[in-house]
Amino acid sequence: MQLIPCPWCGPREEVEFHYGGQAHVAYPAAPADLSDREWAEYVFFRDNPKGLFAERWVHSTGCRRWFNAIRDTGTHDFRAVYRPNEPKPVIS
Amino acid sequence: MTADDVAVDQRVSPLELWRAEFKALPAGVRLRELAFLTQLSLRLVPESPAVAAVSEALGVALPLEPCSSAVAGEVTVLWLGPDEWLVMTPTGDGETERNLRAAVQGHGAVIDVSGQRTTVSVSGPRARDLLAHGCSIDLHPRVNHAGSCVQTHLAKAGVAIWTRDDSGTDFWVVVRTSFADYLARWLVDACVPHRQDPQWQ
Ligand SMILES: [Zn+2]
Repeated sequence: MQLIPCPWCGPREEVEFHYGGQAHVAYPAAPADLSDREWAEYVFFRDNPKGLFAERWVHSTGCRRWFNAIRDTGTHDFRAVYRPNEPKPVIS
Repeated sequence: MTADDVAVDQRVSPLELWRAEFKALPAGVRLRELAFLTQLSLRLVPESPAVAAVSEALGVALPLEPCSSAVAGEVTVLWLGPDEWLVMTPTGDGETERNLRAAVQGHGAVIDVSGQRTTVSVSGPRARDLLAHGCSIDLHPRVNHAGSCVQTHLAKAGVAIWTRDDSGTDFWVVVRTSFADYLARWLVDACVPHRQDPQWQ
């Protein structure tokens, strides 16, 4: 089974985690001013790259904390994990 | 006898009905429910100014290291998350909660969650082998030392496993009340292949 490194607990089996979609999707600064189209893009539209992707994950069975990860969607390789208050690491 | 005494006397612990089954296991493992321990959920950010007062109220420094614990006399503090701890004290202890409430001073929260989980003591020379049947965490003393507290799956049930010695023979498994019966059933069943095993006697 694939191991996912929790930034707090260390490497754990993937069944202990849940996926939370694309990371760094900012809440609109002025939500009342958004058009329907802009709302739809904020709520529903996400990137879908093949390759490196910044994602949210939660260690549901362990410390129950959310964190961010940079995962290669082609290989499922976790290239980096970082806590919510840490900047997105630069990976070439 | 007061009304409170009656209420206490009539409590049925989540694993009450497993007592006989636990006693009938091979001598290499010993299962025992530690029922009705007082359990407090402590929420506090580690940078909080209340940490010093909380540590004083506990009698031991709040463990900040992930997957760790701290013990002061009969008070056990398990790390559950970067801002969350489970404080376990003897049955009926109300003083620790009062002291912690006073120490937290509105910087965090102290909640009695005693009914949420029950505690199973898993001990004996084969304790580690038994847990290994359903747990992916390496509990070998080579890498897992006294004081570690890991939250993980044991036979698919969410548990916290607190290691109490450096020889892999003494653990507390803290499990939600609603999963306790299932987990007891699984633990007893996992011993079945070893009933005739001379190394488990
Ligand atoms: Zn974790």
